[in-house]
Amino acid sequence: MSKHIILGAIRRGLRRGPLPEDQAMALRARMTAHPRHLIPARSRVPRPEQIALFLRNIEKEFGTFTRVPDLAAIPAAIADYLAAQNLPTDFAMAPHPELAAIPWSERPLLTQRPGRAQSTDLVSLQHGYAAIAETGTLMLPAAPERPTTLNLLSDTFMVVLRASRIVGAYEEAWDLLRAESHDERSGGFMPRNVMLVTGPSRSADIESTLELGAHGPRRLHVLLVDDDPTALA
Amino acid sequence: MHINSPKFKANVTHALADTRLQKALDFTRPSFAGRRGAAVANLPEFEQLRDIGRDIKNHTLAHLDFYLETWAANVEKAGGHVHWCSTADEARAAVLKICQDAGARTVTKGKSMISEELGINEHLEKHGIAPVETDLGEYILQIRDEGPSHIIAPAFHLNREDWEESFRKVHTDLPADRVFNERRDILTEARTRLREKFLAADVGITGANFLIAETGSSVIVTNEGNGDLTQTLPKVHIALASIEKVVPTLEDATSLLRLLARSATGQDFSVYTTFSTGARRQHDLDGPGEYHVVLIDNGRSNMLGTEFQEMLRCIRCAACMNHCPVYFTVGGHSYGWVYPGPMGSVLTPSLIGVDKAGHLPNASTFCGKCESVCPVKIPLPKLMRHWREREFERHLSPQSSRTNLALWAWFARRPGFYRLATRIGAAILGRLGRRKGRFQWLPFASGWTDGRDLPAPEGETFFARYAREQREKNS
Ligand code: SF4
Repeated sequence: MSKHIILGAIRRGLRRGPLPEDQAMALRARMTAHPRHLIPARSRVPRPEQIALFLRNIEKEFGTFTRVPDLAAIPAAIADYLAAQNLPTDFAMAPHPELAAIPWSERPLLTQRPGRAQSTDLVSLQHGYAAIAETGTLMLPAAPERPTTLNLLSDTFMVVLRASRIVGAYEEAWDLLRAESHDERSGGFMPRNVMLVTGPSRSADIESTLELGAHGPRRLHVLLVDDDPTALA
Repeated sequence: MHINSPKFKANVTHALADTRLQKALDFTRPSFAGRRGAAVANLPEFEQLRDIGRDIKNHTLAHLDFYLETWAANVEKAGGHVHWCSTADEARAAVLKICQDAGARTVTKGKSMISEELGINEHLEKHGIAPVETDLGEYILQIRDEGPSHIIAPAFHLNREDWEESFRKVHTDLPADRVFNERRDILTEARTRLREKFLAADVGITGANFLIAETGSSVIVTNEGNGDLTQTLPKVHIALASIEKVVPTLEDATSLLRLLARSATGQDFSVYTTFSTGARRQHDLDGPGEYHVVLIDNGRSNMLGTEFQEMLRCIRCAACMNHCPVYFTVGGHSYGWVYPGPMGSVLTPSLIGVDKAGHLPNASTFCGKCESVCPVKIPLPKLMRHWREREFERHLSPQSSRTNLALWAWFARRPGFYRLATRIGAAILGRLGRRKGRFQWLPFASGWTDGRDLPAPEGETFFARYAREQREKNS
């Protein structure tokens, strides 16, 4: 059996047999504790600066954003954004309760199609689970209410993100998942797929020159909802 | 992939005469190094993170059996399948079987160096399954039937005209007289064509940058989004991963990810860093119905416990080749197999044998730049020297280099003499090369300079400089 051949060869190389139980226990304890390593200082700043760092990084990575006071302001913000980009007003939307609760009827010209994305969708709207200020990165775990295809198939990718869900470092975002997510089958917390997205798709394969919109979206637009009083300063 | 490493010298001669290649190399060299430099300058903790990265990998390698078993158990708990393969043959067979069981006719592929190493494409084609590379660089190479010349920018050796010419040749359903006004037009044509392939594929094959023991996840890192489309749209996802990719926890992977993109492309973070754990879950609206990981040894376990164990820390960032004067003189194809540059010069002899790849460790000026940029601090020059010594012991070198190497070894074992001798040598060379900074030719060393420019030492050896900097720091 190849498994035994491989493990045997590894152990021969390491000049020992299977790991003694006390050592295995120590390693299991390390995984349970999952200690953090050095976290760069750049994201360990007061709340308002953290949000500002996130937004600066979004722009650095060729994304754009609109800051709105509450979820009720989303339809107008989207209508304005799509009009400014000369884009169609219908879009695929994550079937997430928070997005469903947005008062869409105030903008009857916008058409939402809840569900996964199709290849023909030009615009999609995703629910942002969390975001990481350190590099302007969105965390998008797959779930029935947050289909992965929405992140990938459209040309213009919009994400609703609450400011209270912006953290400094990746490790803090993992801790949110560890606390909030649960998979019945494995007993673990990892969703099937977790995408960390930093800016729109790009390639530098042609003559080492950067072009946006390789296989994924060409535009990334964040709709930031200011639901965090400590972030406003 | 076909092995051309034994013909290293001939490959080099060919590369030096290839004006298109030389143009691409000259064009790219400054930007590769410059981007990394800017990203690193932006993160004051970068040097500390390199030590951390090295330590995480060392810890994992010392307990590799344990972490692989833990990882595999967690993959299975999440509904995935692990296929342990000790040889390339087994891995090819495992991939083929999964594809056949899925009734696959076409397979999309994300960029994977291990796929090149195993020759997955050729194997699938032989059995009537059409593999389609979807990374733009890999796509054009597949059209042109070429191997990659770089581990993260596989087609950077091609110029715009090469792309246009190849697209006209294969996309024959499009008007032959269409105009490519800018690079964007080339990109759009590829995007449209590959979108159809993504939607039609039955199986998606990706590589893996990391495996996470704690959660049973595999991680891919891309900028284009092709890897994600590859693993999301078809009904089956196969991740190819070699045994040294595993790390214990998400926190460990995160620390290495802070190093990876900065070292590779000079980005703070790649556009898509994606963690896959098992197959589609109940009520999910998308995602593959099956998730397989083909876990590959293919010679790596033999490196454990040898002087080459440190090479297993490699996270395939390409910083070493991006900063290598030899690589930028001879290009990636000269190395004759999958892995070029300094990391290839160490890894290739380990994987395919020093008898076939013995020339590669000689392709070094020992300038030490590779080691100084390696995010996991692999002592690449030292490892290349180990190969040279082994090759020497096997008496594979021609007589003249054996004599020189014996002389060098005599000095190397006597640090005082070594420093004196290199100081004299460096000073002379430094004066000689002052005008251009590089040597096209050196007396008594034409075996060396015929195939490469030797960067002119800046008049001071590493040891002398190190001592001076220490003095300056302490005063
Ligand atoms: S050897 Fe180091 S620098 Fe080279 S690819 Fe591997 S990790 Fe990167």
